[in-house]
Amino acid sequence: MPADPGPVNVGCVPARSALEAVTQSPRRFLRSSWPWRSFAYLLGSGVLAVPALGLYLLAHQVGGAAAYLALLAGAAVLALPLGMFEHARLRLIDRDLARRPAVVRARQPHAGWPPRLREPATWRTAALAGLLFATWWMDIGVLSAAVWTPLLLMSAPFQPGTDALTGLPLAFAGLVLLPLAAYPVTAWAGARATIVRAILAPREAEIIRSRARLVDAFEVERRRIERDLHDGAQQRLVSLTMNLGLALLDLPPRSAAAGQVRAAHEEAKMALAELRELIRGVHPQVLTDRGLPAAVAEAADRSPVPVTVDVALPGRLPEAVEIAAYYVVCESLANVAKHSGAARCSVLGHHRAETLVLEVRDDGRGGADPASGSGLAGLADRVAVVEGVMTLSSPPGGPTSVRVEIPCDVRA
Amino acid sequence: MPPLRVIIAEDAVLLREGMAGLLERFGHQVVAMVGDAPGLLAAVDHHGADIVITDVRMPPGYADEGLRAAIALRRARPGLAVLVVSQYVEQTYAAELLDHGSGAKVGYLLKDRIGDVRDFASAVARVAAGGTVVDPEVVRQLIRRRRDPLARLTPREREVLGLMAEGRSNAAIARELVVTEAAVSKHIAGIFLKLDLPPAEDDHRRVRAVLAYLRG
Repeated sequence: MPADPGPVNVGCVPARSALEAVTQSPRRFLRSSWPWRSFAYLLGSGVLAVPALGLYLLAHQVGGAAAYLALLAGAAVLALPLGMFEHARLRLIDRDLARRPAVVRARQPHAGWPPRLREPATWRTAALAGLLFATWWMDIGVLSAAVWTPLLLMSAPFQPGTDALTGLPLAFAGLVLLPLAAYPVTAWAGARATIVRAILAPREAEIIRSRARLVDAFEVERRRIERDLHDGAQQRLVSLTMNLGLALLDLPPRSAAAGQVRAAHEEAKMALAELRELIRGVHPQVLTDRGLPAAVAEAADRSPVPVTVDVALPGRLPEAVEIAAYYVVCESLANVAKHSGAARCSVLGHHRAETLVLEVRDDGRGGADPASGSGLAGLADRVAVVEGVMTLSSPPGGPTSVRVEIPCDVRA
Repeated sequence: MPPLRVIIAEDAVLLREGMAGLLERFGHQVVAMVGDAPGLLAAVDHHGADIVITDVRMPPGYADEGLRAAIALRRARPGLAVLVVSQYVEQTYAAELLDHGSGAKVGYLLKDRIGDVRDFASAVARVAAGGTVVDPEVVRQLIRRRRDPLARLTPREREVLGLMAEGRSNAAIARELVVTEAAVSKHIAGIFLKLDLPPAEDDHRRVRAVLAYLRG
């Protein structure tokens, strides 16, 4: 038996939205960052409410229809920036928000400045501002009811005219209620996020969400399989070849038994080599240990077409990004070898402006079609779940370039 | 050959015991067997040894603790021979190991090689005697990568360099390739020349030639 393999270091699938987080075990939920992020999310409405109320009071002071009209006009002008703010702060509590589907050949249009009135994205953003106008007071209501009430109770002993007998139990009740506040705050933030997501992309978001969850689960499972093969079958096979090797020392070299054992020995060695290839395909350990540049260089070494590699990164990237990028490189190199007829190929990568840019280029015959089942569509899916965009350029006659851009920070 | 004092670091008990039995059979003395990297460092401090044989992936993190321990040992104790046995062909690991220290008394072998017990025992002895041993499979990967400097070498010279990287002597290379030792010397001189290695003591140049490849 191999030594006790210890806990598997792959973790479990994390919650992807605030509503999912609320349904986790209380211990996990309360220790997570979800309550804090939900709190910050709702606080955003409060921050906006202060200047908005100020402007409203100002218009009220000035009085007259003109002042109210000016206020309305201001709201219309601010609709897009406010909508973008609403969109942006969703990031705090929804990991799937910006997981756009990867776009092959063209970038996804988005709301921008100046506003493009024919663009549905523009109207969606404006609708977000409408949601903000309609619900900011609820956000503040939930925040104050959930957080302020326990704080008020806790301050009971310090209130004038309260004696210790009533003050202390009240303060204790406040102390107990405070962690519970995490629930209404997160639940409301989650509900709000659901509305925002529905406005942004009614169907798409759900599909990408489930896809992202699947990819996560797959990756956890692959790591487990790799680990099991490495600790189990591989070690046993090494032991087996060693024992067969030792047996060969004891057998008369020309005996029939020695011949049999030698054949078994060779078989076992071949099985070991095949298993090693298999394990690397399941999960490349060098990627986990040394990161993307090393893993890409190793993949390039195995390519039958000569590959120049220039991948320079300031540090390690988030694991999901490294894995997605690695698969893009492997699949692209496989495509180059199988279909392109290229003589040379290059992999370039850098991390700039919080984005990983990776490009695989070859001098082959071009004409790659994402619809032809060459694995390109699958790659686009993988890139999509880490919020990236994949662009393919492959005119007939070549050259072919596969480029991915994945927004991400460098891990500390 | 005098018996070597060996420390084995490997978390799979079956394999660890097997390796110990194998080495003892070839007359060596296994002074300690440990199952993790901190245990390895402690055992070296406590027992001392001629050679350490370590796995790459070990507790507590099941990442590359064994390799890191090997590199730390090479830094702290240049006189100690270190042989890493690994499941990974990826040359990244081998290059890191060889990059630290002089390039002598070090080896990187796939675990598959343990099965060829005689070869494995002789690799252990070569590393302990000051040689450099790199797994042929890893060398093959490297040679595929280093297309440019290698383009200058003839196929035969490439073959010789591969065998040099495995730590073979001129005589052993001559036997393997079924040529005379003089022919091997000629090839090696050609390799030194094409890799722009300045004249120096022969062993030193050998190590440099191998390292030039491993480092790229």
